[in-house]
Amino acid sequence: MGTTETGAKGKAGNADAGDTADAVAEAISTAPREEAEGLDGGDDTAASADGPGLGLFGWIRWFWRQLTSMRVALILLFLLSLAAIPGSLIPQESNDPVKVQDFLKNHTTLGPIYTKLGLFHVYSSVWFAAVYLLLFISLAGCIIPRSWQFIGQLRGRPPRAPRKLDRMPAYATWTTDTEPDAVLSVARRLLRKRRYRVEPGVGSVAAEKGYLREAGNLIFHVALFGMLIAFAIATLYKSDGNKVIVQGTGFTNTLTQYDDFKHGAMFDPDAMAPFGFTLNAFHATYAPSGPQKGTPREFAADITYFGGDGKNHNTTIHVNQPLQINGNNVYLTSHGYAPVVTVRDGEGNIAYQGPVPFLPLDGNLTSQGVIKVPDALGKGGTQDQLGFQGFFVPSFVPQSGSMFSQFPALGNPVMMLTAYHGDLGMDAGLPQNVYQLDTTNKKLKQFKNADGSALAQKLAVGDTMTLPDGAGSIHFDRVDQWASFEIVHQPGNELALGSAIAMLAGLAGSLFIQRRRVWVRTTRDAADRTVVELAGLGRSESRCVGEELTVLVGELHAEAPTAADTPDTPDTPDTPDTPDTPDTPDTPDASDAPDTPDEPVEDSPENGSDKERV
Amino acid sequence: MNIAAGVNESFAQLSNYLIYSAMAVYTLAFLAHIAEWLFGSRSKVARTSAALAASAAGAACATPAVKVTQHGGGTALLDRPQVVVRSTSDDRGATDGIGAAGTDEQGELYGRIAISLTVLAFLLHLGGVLFRALSVGRAPWGNMYEFSTAFGVVAVGTYLMLLSLGKKVRWIGLFLVGAVLLDLGLAVTVLYAASDQLVPALHSYWLWIHVSCAMISGAMFLLGALATLLYLWRDRYEIKAAAGRSSGALASMMERLPAASTLDKFAYRANAAIFPLWTFTIIAGSIWAEAAWGHYWQWDPTETWSFITWVVYACYLHARATAGWKGRKAAYISLAGFGCFLFNYFCINIFVVGMHSYAGV
Repeated sequence: MGTTETGAKGKAGNADAGDTADAVAEAISTAPREEAEGLDGGDDTAASADGPGLGLFGWIRWFWRQLTSMRVALILLFLLSLAAIPGSLIPQESNDPVKVQDFLKNHTTLGPIYTKLGLFHVYSSVWFAAVYLLLFISLAGCIIPRSWQFIGQLRGRPPRAPRKLDRMPAYATWTTDTEPDAVLSVARRLLRKRRYRVEPGVGSVAAEKGYLREAGNLIFHVALFGMLIAFAIATLYKSDGNKVIVQGTGFTNTLTQYDDFKHGAMFDPDAMAPFGFTLNAFHATYAPSGPQKGTPREFAADITYFGGDGKNHNTTIHVNQPLQINGNNVYLTSHGYAPVVTVRDGEGNIAYQGPVPFLPLDGNLTSQGVIKVPDALGKGGTQDQLGFQGFFVPSFVPQSGSMFSQFPALGNPVMMLTAYHGDLGMDAGLPQNVYQLDTTNKKLKQFKNADGSALAQKLAVGDTMTLPDGAGSIHFDRVDQWASFEIVHQPGNELALGSAIAMLAGLAGSLFIQRRRVWVRTTRDAADRTVVELAGLGRSESRCVGEELTVLVGELHAEAPTAADTPDTPDTPDTPDTPDTPDTPDTPDASDAPDTPDEPVEDSPENGSDKERV
Repeated sequence: MNIAAGVNESFAQLSNYLIYSAMAVYTLAFLAHIAEWLFGSRSKVARTSAALAASAAGAACATPAVKVTQHGGGTALLDRPQVVVRSTSDDRGATDGIGAAGTDEQGELYGRIAISLTVLAFLLHLGGVLFRALSVGRAPWGNMYEFSTAFGVVAVGTYLMLLSLGKKVRWIGLFLVGAVLLDLGLAVTVLYAASDQLVPALHSYWLWIHVSCAMISGAMFLLGALATLLYLWRDRYEIKAAAGRSSGALASMMERLPAASTLDKFAYRANAAIFPLWTFTIIAGSIWAEAAWGHYWQWDPTETWSFITWVVYACYLHARATAGWKGRKAAYISLAGFGCFLFNYFCINIFVVGMHSYAGV
């Protein structure tokens, strides 16, 4: 039959030749064989034997075959899982830079070694990339030939019936009075009804089903590439910034507005989407009592935003519900309090008035912050900058004996401040942390009490702290809230999601669909009756071949019943103990099966060989 | 979102009582299983080991044994031809053991008692999880205590479902009940967290999807891992028996277990069937992460370990299809995969700070 050649590159031939079920089972898989290599590294010895004569091309070919072999793919998979481990146990720059700094401070010997090895950014390190890129190359080296092979199979026809059907994993036979051609035509109809691909032959029918298994397998592995590309796009083009916004103020999406900003190598700041928003109000609720007292229950930020259409819209951002606008997502990440103060300088002028965000230190929002007043004038009109540093406590409980907040909501808000004057060091033009006061600066002097101790005062809302020597005052007006937002632009999400869905579908296909073949053959016996033989072949693990064949036999038998006077001997096939030797006369080419010379890729990594494929 | 709505304390209390009752009944079931195994050991069944040694001696030259199985058929068509199924797998011709109780009637009785008790314990256990859910008005897997209890429900529920479908899985009873007892014991002591509402980060319908999938996957991985452990034992026993050597003290137990190839198949089916769901768990988590944290993947420790678990199980599936890796080597890989799952659940959740820090411990 012509299909033998056009089929799966000699696979059909194998099915024909190999009479033992095991040999034929191999033929049902597109997966290339691995045995020789997997077991004793046959390739290695072969390669090293004529190693010197290989030449550059030979070595490349050898390397390529190693890389695309299943064994190396397995090792690379192992390496990938091993390589991912340190990143989960050692702090990572990308997730928690503060912890990395702490680690470096605390481990003076280990720290530099880790830095050299890239262990603080494992997932963008060269060696991690090397592992997964090699894995993907190995994968490509397998998937591409396998896809061609699969296309070949799709274009080919199911291989015709092997000579000895009773050697198949599932087998049934009986004798009937129905004409052979009639039996075969019923068989074809039944098989077509079960959506088999049916190939009629002379005196036999071959049928195959479950091509989606291999398709699913290929789709899954191709989708992995989609995922890789999506990751690459995200890494190259993403931008990610944070912004603290006090209620009543706003933000527009330009680079200078961000408090901090990270972006990929291909990010273009001119292409930033035009939008902005104002924080109208921030709501937080907390567990009022119980063991989890003070744990947050709900965060919500009411905002007014404008996008491309220039119109204003009102909405609320929750923790799990970002604002999606012009390809950007705006996430609510954290929140805190911003005491509103009025600072008067030595001249009695208002030198600063407004909210100052304090950063939370603990779960009950004990917060730390500084107030910098660069425009203050001293008595007599000379410049004398003022700086305040201290804590804000939303729920101060004097009885608790603790300066820390006892609850995150605003119960009894107080501020504890100390004050400085002189030079804040802001005129040097260097960027400064707005949340820190450089108290090591010699030109910055702390205000003292009359007894020489540092000036410090606890302020409730409405209180005023007056600075010594008429240097000015600070008045605690009220408390506003701030919320911090993360604005993320990450292209490639659709590709990632699409790839993920394709992966799932492919995986389901490759794990749950069984590829199987059924053959029906009719012959005439000495009494001129029709002997019907059915055989099924599938993965050895699967009982479904036997069960499916049973149903088929039942249906076919109903239309071609056992001849009335048949002795029921054919029900049981010959003793199975027949040694393998009798096969050889039938099939002189049976030995071809294990290492088919006409099989171009012996060692693609995916899904090894035989009965039980992934 | 019922934020103000607190916790129904009486339901929470009831849930705790139910969980403790379930533990008590599981303990009784465990003891009954032990009695089943003990009584079974005195039964005078034909020793499979002897038969095994004999068949293995002959197996060197013989073709694989043919198992003649009659499928379906029914009584209506007595003359319907039989379908002969030939085993092509590389088993040793060892047959499945007779079961824990052997042929001992008392053992069988205790086995039935054990299963009845398991059903009762399961119902109490399920009730405990349901009342926990009712008491807080949300998915009952918001912290490690809840996850562990619900996890046990899935594991035992799957086992009982397989039993009721007529699958031969009674052999796993003792080991599964033991594992679930361990799980519940850890839950009520180390992991316990009182009934309460969740932090805003968990207010999402993805909690229902992502965490329940993780739980179901974990429960199936547990079944797979138990079967794999038994496979490794039984496999060693079969190798020894085939070599004619005595198989140690547990031989009487080993010979009543299913054949190594059967255990291996069960483990493979559990792991392979659930692998797509585990994949989906990670994907659902990524979608949720995208909505909650702004990035679908940022190598958070829990994410990383779920990925490692995924890769190791992928290794297992590939290894099983590779010559030279099948059998024991692949079994070790799948155990490593389950180890990764456990490490992720216990160690990463409790000791490593990441964005998944909702342990509530």
